[in-house]
Amino acid sequence: MSGLATITVRDCWMSFPGKEPGAEVHVLERVNLDVAQGEFVCIVGPSGCGKSTLLNIVGGFLDETRGEVYVENAVVNGPDPGRIFVFQENGVFPWLTVEQNIGFGLLSRPEAERAERVRHYIAMVGLTGFEKSYPRELSGGMRQRVEIARALAADARVLYMDEPFGALDFLTRLKMRSDLIRIWQAEKKTILFVTHDIEEAVQLADRVLVMTKRPATIQEEVKIDLPRPRDLDSPGYLAARDRIFSIMGMDAHGGGG
Amino acid sequence: MNRRVLHILLPLITGVLFLTAWHVAVKMSGSDIFPTPRQVLDGLGELVRQGLLLKYVVASLFRVSWGFIAAVLVGVPLGLVLGWFRPAYAALNPFIQILRPISPIAWIPVAILWFGVKDTAPVFLIFLASVFPITVSSMAAVQNMQQVYLRAAQNFGLGGLELFRRVIFPAALPQIITGIRIALGVAWLVVVAAEMIAVNSGLGYLIIDARNAGKRYDLVVAGMVMIGLIGLVLDVLVRRLEKFDEVRWGYGQR
Repeated sequence: MSGLATITVRDCWMSFPGKEPGAEVHVLERVNLDVAQGEFVCIVGPSGCGKSTLLNIVGGFLDETRGEVYVENAVVNGPDPGRIFVFQENGVFPWLTVEQNIGFGLLSRPEAERAERVRHYIAMVGLTGFEKSYPRELSGGMRQRVEIARALAADARVLYMDEPFGALDFLTRLKMRSDLIRIWQAEKKTILFVTHDIEEAVQLADRVLVMTKRPATIQEEVKIDLPRPRDLDSPGYLAARDRIFSIMGMDAHGGGG
Repeated sequence: MNRRVLHILLPLITGVLFLTAWHVAVKMSGSDIFPTPRQVLDGLGELVRQGLLLKYVVASLFRVSWGFIAAVLVGVPLGLVLGWFRPAYAALNPFIQILRPISPIAWIPVAILWFGVKDTAPVFLIFLASVFPITVSSMAAVQNMQQVYLRAAQNFGLGGLELFRRVIFPAALPQIITGIRIALGVAWLVVVAAEMIAVNSGLGYLIIDARNAGKRYDLVVAGMVMIGLIGLVLDVLVRRLEKFDEVRWGYGQR
């Protein structure tokens, strides 16, 4: 299996049983993608196109109907602690405090090491002072930070992020994006990030993979070779954004055609 | 309006109005059997002086406790297993749903047959009444658990007993406690019926005996009042369980 990237998806198809007996819902077809170590790749596509399904397959929570998925040179058989999935909402355990959540993947380590890692990542995501709080006492943005810190503390090498900022308000989303980039640059993780928000993809990614409607395949890839933090007024940013809009059959002002 | 006023003054006012209405209704009906509130109070005083009130309350609590604790020890693990393992659910749930609607009262003849005229029979009836809400709640708690928690846990490599102990059980706990709360209410409700089958103590026995032995409706109503008050206290105690941080998340925002 030489020549495999950190994440390699070859000819992936996915169908679910439909409502009538014998019927099938075809969600993905002929999906191919590669993600190199340390890359930040975004997947965008119309609502319901199957991008979350694809991410769940790569994460090991769903079995592809056809095709092959390799992560870190091995076939994906199920989820793995080295590759943590960050959910859109409610991924944090409500019966545990912030520090218990962040330490969740660390129980096999000695007490001192665990406490130190938890302290470090709480600071990194900006939640110092909230160690003993419960998720219900936190805002949505803070809960997402807990989830990200939990993945990092457990030494995940790869993060799968499924619209992690989708439930947050606009300003919080902007802040979370810049914090995520800062963390990514510091920790050098591989990130595969699903979003429906094209601007978000252009603000974050090295490459953006654009999916079609269902049954979805990856129709095009847009490389974003701009320095970070990305200048939202620069011609490079606007060109990339407009390019993705037009690939998806829309103009940048949201209209059709 | 501050909270003390709300939670103490208002019920007090309603209570006084209710007692007044009760007293007036009895006087106006001219009945010399149905007691006024004052007569009920006197009846309670009589029971206290005879040392019977404490004895009966303890006897009822004793039976309810045994039946209820047995129901928790059986119902929670059973519900969790049925909720988690599909084959177990498929095999046993139909029987649970058939047994559940059979009122404990209908079980009285069978209870006497199996256990005779002793304490075991009421305890068995109380067990029967409580075990179904607890089992069904525990089952539903596991079946309705958010898939996100399971996926996140599996992502961290949890499986088997560790998955159960660290994720499934804590996630199910709020609903399990709700089932326990309902079951305690039912258990206390059934104690009256359970104690009517020829035992010699307890609040249920008091009610039946007071009526049969001399139409002492003042003692009948006194018994009912005690049952109601103790039921309230039990519920308040169980609701304390809901305040723990490990389960508070499961009860909505307030």
